[in-house]
Amino acid sequence: MNYSQQQITALKDLLYKIADDQLIIGHRNSEWTGLGPLLEEDIAFSSIAQDKLGQSLHLYEILHQLGEKDPDTIAFTRNVDKFKCCHFVEYPIGEYDFSLMRNFLFNHAEAARFSMLSGSSFEPLQNLAKKYRGEIKYHVMHADTWIKQLSRATEESCIRMQKALNECFNLALGIFEESDYVNLLHEMKIFEGENALKDKWLENISPVIKEASLNLPENKTRKPAFGGRKGHHTEHLQPLLDEMSVVFRLDPKAEW
Amino acid sequence: MKSEDPRVNRLDLPANEDGKEILEEVENWETYEVFHQKKRGEQHIHVGIVHAANPDMAIVLAKETFGRRRQTANLWVVKSSQVYATDYEDEDIFETVPGKTYREASDYYCMDRIRKYQQEHGIEDRKEQRRKEKDKKK
Repeated sequence: MNYSQQQITALKDLLYKIADDQLIIGHRNSEWTGLGPLLEEDIAFSSIAQDKLGQSLHLYEILHQLGEKDPDTIAFTRNVDKFKCCHFVEYPIGEYDFSLMRNFLFNHAEAARFSMLSGSSFEPLQNLAKKYRGEIKYHVMHADTWIKQLSRATEESCIRMQKALNECFNLALGIFEESDYVNLLHEMKIFEGENALKDKWLENISPVIKEASLNLPENKTRKPAFGGRKGHHTEHLQPLLDEMSVVFRLDPKAEW
Repeated sequence: MKSEDPRVNRLDLPANEDGKEILEEVENWETYEVFHQKKRGEQHIHVGIVHAANPDMAIVLAKETFGRRRQTANLWVVKSSQVYATDYEDEDIFETVPGKTYREASDYYCMDRIRKYQQEHGIEDRKEQRRKEKDKKK
């Protein structure tokens, strides 16, 4: 790897975005553990949340090899404005309809992102994308199944799923906030960019949305929730970080 | 009446006189029997049940409930209501009438006769052979 300083900065920026998204949604979704609507789903949803944390750890390890601090320090001690996750993953879990819809929209974006990264010129990212292909495929299967079931079950569930989609959609568009380094990363053949990712995402969610008889919000009402990628976050992130790091901060030198 | 599932108890449902009807409404998702296959070619073995609203969901939930901690090649799910079974009341159909133990596999003693035949004809027991080879390696 012979990257210039600027190229390394661009690469780190990309890695932080992916990893922080996973860490934060993983933590959020784990809040359902013990409260899931039925035992089997409780196990499945918790397990998916745990997978996300595992994936974020792998990315923080790559960052560590690029000169950043060790994974625990990165995850538990950074200031809120150093986080690069999108607003979408920060929001509280709400009711299960919101959490399922978020999971559906996010997992499809992640699946598309990893599928693009499996062709990345940066080998650690390529390997990572291949390693987690099965996990992410399952996360998408799980999400699709719930969306299709609840959107066609009872009148109440149909209304609630459409409402959840309306609430989530602009937030989900925030995933695709364009990077300052988009051209550089594209040139380096590391990542094709957020707009290409968004197109792929829309292409993949549309058939499921259609089968579920839901409607995507119209173009003119679309207002992406941007800012997260630049370190501007919602009021929900700080309390989450406080809670997430409480045990770590008791004794940062403890061996686990 | 209390449910087996703490989630249902937490719902704090208004109780009927016996609370039964309301619980049944909440809990009456169908169950699916789950069969687990470790490797391709091996038989599927029954491992338990999951609650699910449809077969796709049963597969998705069975994967995490029964597939995550062991090697898995394949899962089957079958609606419990589609399984036909004998009645426990009829368990006596499986009893063997006294004096008919010859119908049971355990009643067949033939190894002594096989050994005798092997000795007479100079055939080495393959099990014995394998044991000897193993001992040599040690």
